[in-house]
Amino acid sequence: MSEKTKPFEKELIIKSSTDNLSVIRDFAKNAAKESGFSDDEVGKIVLAVDEACTNVIKHAYKYAPEGEMSVKIIYDTSKFSIVISDEGADFDPGLIPEPNLKEYHKQKRIGGLGMFLMKKLMDEVIYREKVNNKNEVILVKYMV
Amino acid sequence: MADFNVQVRGVGHVSIVDLKGYLDAHTAPELESTFNKLIEASNYKVVVNFDELAYISSAGLGVFMAYVETMRENNGDIKFANMKDNVYSIFDLLGFPMLYEFFKDEVEAIEKFNNQD
Repeated sequence: MSEKTKPFEKELIIKSSTDNLSVIRDFAKNAAKESGFSDDEVGKIVLAVDEACTNVIKHAYKYAPEGEMSVKIIYDTSKFSIVISDEGADFDPGLIPEPNLKEYHKQKRIGGLGMFLMKKLMDEVIYREKVNNKNEVILVKYMV
Repeated sequence: MADFNVQVRGVGHVSIVDLKGYLDAHTAPELESTFNKLIEASNYKVVVNFDELAYISSAGLGVFMAYVETMRENNGDIKFANMKDNVYSIFDLLGFPMLYEFFKDEVEAIEKFNNQD
């Protein structure tokens, strides 16, 4: 990074429809680019945010498209954090064990991959159960 | 809305599935419906061409996991071709190269099926 971007915060409040995933990806992509990440890192951040929001739509709102979710991005020059919160049903993706991938494929388990990917793509994945009646997933990428 | 398109071509006994655009939780049901139609028509030899696919999330990868056994049980398979590096890296992270065949070009994947016949 040649010139450091000033710290910023941005928030997108959006309904829990899978139709909105492309809007969420564009929002994350623009903020990650603005923070100076390489194309490769931007791609990882965008996918991790997609996976986290897909989990919210699927598990917290059971595909009901009228739920509300917030995607807040906080960039402070040392780290880039995305806080995804919802007011849907409680779920703890942190409890999903890391799959043995060979067994995973054999068992045709097609859920749980999103959480696995998020952990691989980001430096930190923090899950907070029901803070102010909201579930929160925080994805963190440190600036190098 | 995510831009996604799926089309099927036949090359001999092999079905080529061309993917275009963004494959995510919103568009994955379209791909599921394509696989259901292939199974209904007893077309089990499938090559997925990723040449124009820009993006995939785990919802898209899950579709292949859900259908590959049915294809294999019927003397077929799902083989992958023409994948861009950024898309391949996601398949790689999730361990797909252990269990699926990847080809640089769809012609090689089609030949592999034809040599097995």
